[in-house]
Amino acid sequence: MSRKIRVLVAKPGLDGHDRGARVIARGLRDAGMEVIYTGLHQTPEQVVEAAIQEDVDVIGLSILSGAHMTLFPRICELLKENNAEDIMVVGGGTIPEDEIKALKEGGWAKELFTPGTPLEKIVEWIQENVRV
Amino acid sequence: MKDYVEKLLSGDRRSAARLITLIENDAPEKQALLHRLYPHTGRAHVVGVTGSPGAGKSSLVDALTGQIRNEGLKVGIIAVDPTSPFSGGALLGDRIRMQEHTTDRGVFIRSMGTRGCLGGLAQATRDAVKVLDAYGCDVILVETVGVGQSELDIMHHADTTLVVLNPGAGDHIQTIKAGIMEIADIFVINKADLDGVEKLVRDIRAMLDSSPRAGDWRPPVLTTSTLDGRGIPELWATIKTHREKIFNNGTRSAVKRKRIQRELTEILQRRINRLITQGLDAGGRFEPVLEEILARRMDPYRAADEIIKQSWKGELSDE
Repeated sequence: MSRKIRVLVAKPGLDGHDRGARVIARGLRDAGMEVIYTGLHQTPEQVVEAAIQEDVDVIGLSILSGAHMTLFPRICELLKENNAEDIMVVGGGTIPEDEIKALKEGGWAKELFTPGTPLEKIVEWIQENVRV
Repeated sequence: MKDYVEKLLSGDRRSAARLITLIENDAPEKQALLHRLYPHTGRAHVVGVTGSPGAGKSSLVDALTGQIRNEGLKVGIIAVDPTSPFSGGALLGDRIRMQEHTTDRGVFIRSMGTRGCLGGLAQATRDAVKVLDAYGCDVILVETVGVGQSELDIMHHADTTLVVLNPGAGDHIQTIKAGIMEIADIFVINKADLDGVEKLVRDIRAMLDSSPRAGDWRPPVLTTSTLDGRGIPELWATIKTHREKIFNNGTRSAVKRKRIQRELTEILQRRINRLITQGLDAGGRFEPVLEEILARRMDPYRAADEIIKQSWKGELSDE
């Protein structure tokens, strides 16, 4: 038995800046995880469907467009509709502090990482929170 | 847990996904699950797509999927990318080219890391194909990692193997080398919008003339471009022709038999390997032999004979 953590790194919405997402994807890969990267401009439906087919443990959303208050809840809603709410949703991007609080309290995101977060911290968080 | 198989058979895609994970992870329940799946497999047509990195395999799979979906057939895709031998991690990026089909319920896409397997596929690929077969996929497209010249595992998995080439990638000597050029059922010259297509087509045809294949299937050489979609309908039509051909001339059952023999051989080899490794590891039942060899009281060949005598009463002896 050899379990590997699988993570979907997704960029939902309209912003076309995926440098951060790619850095994260590579960092997680180097930490021994299997990272599925789906590219830019994903709809919430595409993100959730890919997460289900790939049977990932974690969805990591990169959002720099400011649409996080819409996208996180929508993705969680779709996960629920598909009986897949056991898939953890985390995210990163430019998200103001009060909205981080709101997203976490609302249960829309397990954890949020803002710009400048060291890669190791994200890796550690995932390793600790995914039950292997 | 047990109803994953039942749910899969009724078309539940989460169960399909979870079953592939359990198989990939070599979970304890893997064998029992495959036992239940097996009677429901063997119906899908498996198409292998191989070629060098950047040849356009993912884009071709994407375009081909669209073509197959026009006929209402259910498509499964297994896309393999390399696992890092250093970190054990993998970046699986084939889906980027297949986004259009993500939300189509008639398409199931799964990315896999090779996890140490060197033949262009993962060890679990064969069993993942079974899952998608039982899930009801009519056609399963298996995309290998970007290969060099000798990662040829796909030929043992696919009913129809596509070798994807690009114009401008080497002179005609490349076309007469052994290995990947010998496993194609269909040659696909992708990126046919680039220069040099006619020359490559000529070179491959010349190669086929000078070393004809056994049997009555001469691999067609097709040209495609996923930019403008040219050649894609012809490619699907040719895959169907190949399928009919191997169905009708009886090669299919012979090939299936060979494939099963190979699969069984591999399973036995893996198990025996494990027994040997465990036996020779610290505390294992064969471990004392190592001391004997180290002290030059026994040579490795004699030691192997001894171990085989102890375990299999000599049937597997070298001589």
